[in-house]
Amino acid sequence: MADAEESEGIQRNDSINHTPGKIIKKQEIARAKNEGKELSKEEKQRLRKEKKQQKKNKKEDKGPSEKEKEKKPSASAASPAVTQSSAQKAPSVPAPVTTPVSESPVVSDKPSKSKAELKAERRARQEAERSSRHGKKEQGQQGASSKAKPPQNELQPVVKRLPEHVQVDDPAAVKKLAKKLERQQIPLRLDYGHKVSLFSHLHQYSRKAPLTQQISIPATVIHPSVVRLGLQYSQGIITGSNARAVALLHAFKQVIQDYSTPPNEELSRDLVNRLKPYISFLNQCRPLSASMGNAIKYIKKEISNISSQCKEEEAKKELLTCIDKYIREKITLAAQAISKYAIEKISDGDVILVYGCSSLVNHILCEAFDKQRKFRVIVVDSRPRLEGREALRRLVKRGIRCTYVLISALSYILPEVSKVFLGAHALLANGYVMSRVGTSQIALVAKAYNVPVLVCCETYKFCERVQTDSFVSNELDDPDDLIVTRNGKTHLEHWKTMETPTGGLLGLLNLVYDVTPPDFVDLVITDLGMIPCTSVPVVLRLKNVDQ
Amino acid sequence: MELQAVLMAAGGGSRMMDLTYNTPKPLLPVGNKPLIWYPLNLLERVGFEEVFVITTKEVQKALTDLKVKLDVKMKLDVVIIPEDADMGTAEALRHYQQKFKTDILVVSCDLITDVALHEVVDLFRAHNATLAMLMSKVHEFTETVPGQKGKKKAGEQRDFVGVDGTGKRLLFMANEADLEEGLVMRKSIMQKHPRMHIKTGLLDAHLYCLKKSVVDFLVDNKSITSIRGELVPYLVRKQFSKSANSQVNTEDNDQNQKKKDANANLEILSSSKDDDLLQLARERSCWNDHRGDMNEAYHGGKLRCYVHIMEEGMCYRVNTLAAYIEANRMAPKLFEEPPVHPSADVSERSLVGGDSIIGASCRISDKTSIKRSTIGASTVVKEKVKITNSIIMNGVTIEEGCNIQGSVICSNAVIGRGADIKYCLVGNGQRIEPEAERTNEVIVGTDQLMEI
Repeated sequence: MADAEESEGIQRNDSINHTPGKIIKKQEIARAKNEGKELSKEEKQRLRKEKKQQKKNKKEDKGPSEKEKEKKPSASAASPAVTQSSAQKAPSVPAPVTTPVSESPVVSDKPSKSKAELKAERRARQEAERSSRHGKKEQGQQGASSKAKPPQNELQPVVKRLPEHVQVDDPAAVKKLAKKLERQQIPLRLDYGHKVSLFSHLHQYSRKAPLTQQISIPATVIHPSVVRLGLQYSQGIITGSNARAVALLHAFKQVIQDYSTPPNEELSRDLVNRLKPYISFLNQCRPLSASMGNAIKYIKKEISNISSQCKEEEAKKELLTCIDKYIREKITLAAQAISKYAIEKISDGDVILVYGCSSLVNHILCEAFDKQRKFRVIVVDSRPRLEGREALRRLVKRGIRCTYVLISALSYILPEVSKVFLGAHALLANGYVMSRVGTSQIALVAKAYNVPVLVCCETYKFCERVQTDSFVSNELDDPDDLIVTRNGKTHLEHWKTMETPTGGLLGLLNLVYDVTPPDFVDLVITDLGMIPCTSVPVVLRLKNVDQ
Repeated sequence: MELQAVLMAAGGGSRMMDLTYNTPKPLLPVGNKPLIWYPLNLLERVGFEEVFVITTKEVQKALTDLKVKLDVKMKLDVVIIPEDADMGTAEALRHYQQKFKTDILVVSCDLITDVALHEVVDLFRAHNATLAMLMSKVHEFTETVPGQKGKKKAGEQRDFVGVDGTGKRLLFMANEADLEEGLVMRKSIMQKHPRMHIKTGLLDAHLYCLKKSVVDFLVDNKSITSIRGELVPYLVRKQFSKSANSQVNTEDNDQNQKKKDANANLEILSSSKDDDLLQLARERSCWNDHRGDMNEAYHGGKLRCYVHIMEEGMCYRVNTLAAYIEANRMAPKLFEEPPVHPSADVSERSLVGGDSIIGASCRISDKTSIKRSTIGASTVVKEKVKITNSIIMNGVTIEEGCNIQGSVICSNAVIGRGADIKYCLVGNGQRIEPEAERTNEVIVGTDQLMEI
């Protein structure tokens, strides 16, 4: 009877589920058999649901989690590929997967499958998963749980695609980008000048060749405020990740205000598609920052969450209030919270070192000064941007006593310093701090002098990227900025045609960002509190769970 | 929509009356195309799809007839201003104020240029400017102008233009005619921009990007009649005025009151656009347009005027005879049509130089020599004629044996046999008797002579 049931179960499995389900069902039936019950279809479904609940409670179980991950998405991916009817069962299929898997050592001695069949199963599973990766999104509940374990995904045999902006020396990627831009009717911005070979995989644009040369005046394909924003980015009128994010959201507000849904479309889908070419355009003007990327993700989510019952006016008003709320919470209030924490760390008689012009650090210092703390500031600056001059102006205007040095004088001035406050462009998932080029140097030298380094960063700049060096993903600014005229002589005027002694061409490198390892950072002050650098992944995970 | 193009084609061509007494200025042929074609072509090339043309009734009629020949794909919205009203450019804008829904780009019909228009518009967009204009280095005219006796008076009506260190921000603009004793400069300008470059050799191209709030301001201030003469200097001055800061009523003078209201209007109109978010973005951005003082970007001013100065490239304003001749010489470079029109009948035994242009349906007979000249449409040139350095308009008949040098022959004129014309201007429909010898004269009909 047991054999009959087994074979019956197998046959039923073949008809209902795909091969991956075979082992699962077999084990379940075996267990049920062990329990001495004869299961009907409904009872099996109920069993599956219960197991799913158990599995949810056992989320922290990391032991067999890898195997769970592997089987879960594959199973979930496989099931929609099979039939629609099994879609309902699909959510429940993974549930029994997990628990039987944990018991797999128990039933491993079962001579259920031959090796060849197992191999075939695995191959089919991989193919199904690769082909129906998009189907994963429909498995809403799996999505939540799978997102909670992002690192595990990387262990899958699927290759993660590199973003195109770090593949400029690969002609296939460039061609793909050109095709995508052509489809969106955005002009392609051409690279300028010879690049240093180590960074030839990044874009290098010239400020004298703006993207607006190639679009029509008046801008019809792209909304005028987006064109204006792109110009302001590429000319450097709006710099600094907070300013860029706020300006971006402002432009999107204009876009939403001027938007009207075409007759047969839904606002939630069409508006997102409308924003895509604008984002490509802004990317061409200047590569997007992490803060902008997170803001865009938020907006896209908000737009897709608009229900189709909503009238257009209401939907637009709701979106506008969402944007205002985002800015208020993530930028303005966050800045206030951060300065509240940071002021605790500033004591009277402090000598604080800042680098470049970080809007957040300037805000903190001004607030501390208003709260009658006695300190003085040393502003460190570096070429070619010389942003420290602007920071110096703002601090001196407030009345703070400041000293100004170039970064080459850093080790000279550091013995005087009691604390270092740094701003960040983004905080990466492995705890590295991505900031203006030169920051890692400051952190390094400060560490050597045993001066505490505090990084101030809002949580909306936390990014899920992982980077350990400044080469792989960076931004190259206009190389002509490095050319300087002294005493009427410009030596590098014809750098594009200069040749090196070895016969190559001269390349000018103007890096924008660099990454600082977490060992050099003593504290990160965020709006959630003061955390060590290594707690960034925790914050990211909390953010994902919230969403 | 971002920008609306407005083409001002109602001007009379007061500085070249000899040419324009019969043909309105926008329809004067330059390189065998009507003058109005050039700015329209410029707008079309950059991507405009509609142009709002303000002109006179005569020109409007001609345009509707000529429309096909204009070869312009854009939609032209031609409106007229009453001729007897003698409206200035700003008044015309005020008259049609309700047609303007966005910022406007005002172009004059006599502008021939190959400027990259995005340079001007980018200044307008990037800095959120109130005014952005185009200027170019003045080219000296080398050709002898017919009818001119003696050298041109130098230093007439120069423009003094003051720009800052970057060469983009417009700080000061005055015409020599308005300055009595000398150049008077406000101290506030010097305080904010200690380094100013003052240039006098610049030609104003009459191409302006204006914000919508300026048009609204014009509606309230009826005293401004001309864009170039009054509005632009006013805006440039207003950048540094103190009225925004102090609203104290010193006198109860009506004039003063009106002026203050006007000033307030402009400030209010232009500041309503500046959102809180924009303000926040600007605060957080670490960029400043100047260095060395404690002020924020743009010195906190809301009104900004920018200028793009063309160093190279072609930029002509055809408002004098000399400019007209020069433009005729240079204009063919702007389009790629063949110099000899395919429908022209040019005999093989004639000598047509490579730099000459022959219009449609011309008939050039044997043994003629045409060098560096422009021949208009439907012109008949008989045998043994020598034409050098001249401009012949449409419908002219030149009999045998003529010798025309450095002259301008207007439409429908007839040059008699064997005439020798040097550096003359022959007006519309005039007849030159055979064997005439004219040098350096302006031959126009008696009805067109100026009344004193």
